[in-house]
Amino acid sequence: MERPLTQHIKKDGSVLTLEEYEKVGGYSALKKALKSTPDEIMEMVKNSSLRGRGGAGFPTGMKWSFVPRGENTVTPKYLVANGDEMEPGTFKDRLLVEGNPHQLIEGMIISSYAIQATIGYVFLRWAYHVAAERVEHALREAYNAGYLGKNILGSGYDLEMHLHTSVGRYMCGEETALLNALEGKRANPRNKPPFPQVSGLFGKPTIVNNVETLCNIPHIIANGVDWYKQISKSPGGGGTKLYGASGRVKTPGIWELPLGTSLREILEVHAGGMQDGYKFRGALPGGASTDFLTEDHLDVAMDFEEVPKAGSRLGTGTVIVMDDKTCPVGMCLALEKFFAQESCGFCTPCREGLPWTAKILLALEEGEGKMEDIDHLTYQTHYMAPGNTFCALAPGAMEPLQSALKYYREDFEKHIKEHRCTYR
Amino acid sequence: MAEEKIISEEAYREIEEMFHHVPKKSATCIEALKVVQKYHRWVSDERLKELAKFLEMTPHELDSIATFYNMIFRRPVGRHTIHVCNSVSCWIMGYEAISDYLKKKLAIDYGQTTPDDRFTLLPIPCLGACDHAPTMIIDEDLYRDLTVEKIDGILENYK
Repeated sequence: MERPLTQHIKKDGSVLTLEEYEKVGGYSALKKALKSTPDEIMEMVKNSSLRGRGGAGFPTGMKWSFVPRGENTVTPKYLVANGDEMEPGTFKDRLLVEGNPHQLIEGMIISSYAIQATIGYVFLRWAYHVAAERVEHALREAYNAGYLGKNILGSGYDLEMHLHTSVGRYMCGEETALLNALEGKRANPRNKPPFPQVSGLFGKPTIVNNVETLCNIPHIIANGVDWYKQISKSPGGGGTKLYGASGRVKTPGIWELPLGTSLREILEVHAGGMQDGYKFRGALPGGASTDFLTEDHLDVAMDFEEVPKAGSRLGTGTVIVMDDKTCPVGMCLALEKFFAQESCGFCTPCREGLPWTAKILLALEEGEGKMEDIDHLTYQTHYMAPGNTFCALAPGAMEPLQSALKYYREDFEKHIKEHRCTYR
Repeated sequence: MAEEKIISEEAYREIEEMFHHVPKKSATCIEALKVVQKYHRWVSDERLKELAKFLEMTPHELDSIATFYNMIFRRPVGRHTIHVCNSVSCWIMGYEAISDYLKKKLAIDYGQTTPDDRFTLLPIPCLGACDHAPTMIIDEDLYRDLTVEKIDGILENYK
């Protein structure tokens, strides 16, 4: 089984140096790319059917193709690696950045070349101190080796690259909010259109791609489109996916597997099944803002088409497992408290609705719930549904709640009838 | 008489270096707030006003940004900040026991600082180490697979 993104990442947690990366073929894809035209690179990425790994799954090549190209376009153009990774339960980009920062940088240089960007940013979340140090060091190495700066490897192409470490807000993961943060503003989302591809960072054409997405690029260029499609199990998209599991499983962790691997294989084979004394009750398949899946859905293929058919989303592909001794109401409270705190406060349904939701759930947990609270919670899931809010934060926050109300309704009712949390 | 600056000269030099790759000075304000914090631990009203002037912003503009982000401290913090992850995976894996123990041990609640100025206790969303939950971060050091028994020993590292 091929694991292009993680095969060279060391088990002891230390970083792959530039020398080690070059020894295993690192930066050879860049050399190859610089001999092609930007349009040829874009065409290859389009044909590879790579889809964004940050959660939304938008086709990467198509996203790039909206950037104005040619002689008389606006400059500078920007490329940003989104390493904000603040989706609770998600810890995949950390592994990629800490383990092999040059893979990300190479992916960013090739992607920048494809859209003819001349400035790149690595946007990392505050908490990733080790990752930040390693990126900083790797950027220096890349400059010294001639992979960054003026006239890269004699190609005539110039690219500078900087690291920005965030000061902590979940909103920064949303691409337009991230651009505001990079401009030194509050991380509120922006109106779309105009899309960042046309008017992004400082009003210039900008591509924001997730870290994992960008790490795929060197491998597509090096090994070709056919290879890339064939390492996936999913008809709808190419490549591998970093899947993870947390919660009361025997061996929580991250695994690079073919896109479309089943939830059952991830949880039973790679995560080793449930810890002794705990039973599987449900899971959020792709981070905090995805709908619960239950035992009935274990055979779902974890890709962009099949997970929605089961009523959820692939999201980030990092699974949060709920066991039979964990209270679904309490879990929803932990989730909604997070979303309420991280709402940027810009639009009313999110700013007001999320704290209201969290308050109701707290009342249920403290034994003060009333039967009509279930209707109120249901109302909130409609009130903050897609289309009613400015960005995807609140609709995402409603996904675990709406599915918990469907699958674990008896738990909500029991909390109300018995005036207590029945798991304590 | 020249007005005395309350933000250190080293901090100003670091901030100035960032000006060259942005179209306007205010674009560096988040980084600049971080630099002020590095030298002065937290951002007081006076420092905020002085920094705003330097970045060609109004104090209100800069404060709207300083108060938006979780990791900019607009109130004094102790020598060390303890951030306990309270997000879903850590919550499932026993965050509450860790949190209760820390509060009892330090005899403070979230948002408070110990009287000896040693620790400030704060909640933090997901630290991205969910396969090793529960977790916390002290200053810049991540602690994983926490148990109540481990905490006393960890705190000893911070004086």
